[in-house]
Amino acid sequence: MRDRPRPLHLSWSNIAIVALGGAVGTGLRYGITLVVPRWAGVPIATLGINVVGAFLLGLLLEVLADRSLDTGWSRRIRLGVGTGGLGGFTTYSALATETAALAITRPGLAIGYAFGTVLLGAAASIAGIWLSRGHLRPALVNGKNRR
Amino acid sequence: MSAALAALLICVAGGIGATLRLILDGLIKARIRSSYPVGTTVINVTGSFLLGLLTGLAMSQAVPQQWQLVAGTGLLGGYTTFSTASFETVRLIEDRRYVAAACNGLGMLIVCTAAAALGFATAHVVTR
Repeated sequence: MRDRPRPLHLSWSNIAIVALGGAVGTGLRYGITLVVPRWAGVPIATLGINVVGAFLLGLLLEVLADRSLDTGWSRRIRLGVGTGGLGGFTTYSALATETAALAITRPGLAIGYAFGTVLLGAAASIAGIWLSRGHLRPALVNGKNRR
Repeated sequence: MSAALAALLICVAGGIGATLRLILDGLIKARIRSSYPVGTTVINVTGSFLLGLLTGLAMSQAVPQQWQLVAGTGLLGGYTTFSTASFETVRLIEDRRYVAAACNGLGMLIVCTAAAALGFATAHVVTR
């Protein structure tokens, strides 16, 4: 008889994979914010990071949603690239703090930045899911079945 | 602290933040059996409050700027996440749970911004 498996979030190998992905994602985000200045007062680095990250996560999770692609590697990629990498790359605390700080001096711009991020992010998630469902996943599943 | 060391510490702190998110989300999911993303909400609201507090403390010179980067950009940036929140909102829309989707999309934005503002205000009171 096998022992009951540890919960996903308490396995040391999963924690290590998420930590590594989180470190890489955070490093990329920090690097981008260093080289991309604000544009007309808007923190476009955070905006771009969050929208691109939402697109990539939609693409990734929808590809991995196919059961025939669900292997040990698929879980590791989901945790490392998704939970760790894209989770660490994108950030909600910076969005909220930048919005609160911007609201003091330029409330209209703060509202536009905040709602713009959430709406563009949702559109990007939908685009990622759609692209994956319609093109990427069928191609991967077909490629796998042909082998 | 040199710039290279600061960048390294920011990455390590981001890894720790992402790990805390994994564990806290897992613990919440094990206790609250709901299809509403409670875990991500708790993580983003608490992280936004803490970043507001930290930014406020750094503005009044109570925290050195490089430690603000390590704890703020690194730890809290890695802890909170936008991509998962956005994905979960779209999932709720697909399930035709429009009120839940609006709460997760716009509601979370408003509550997190209020939490960050509360963090600023707390820092202002503490350092006065």
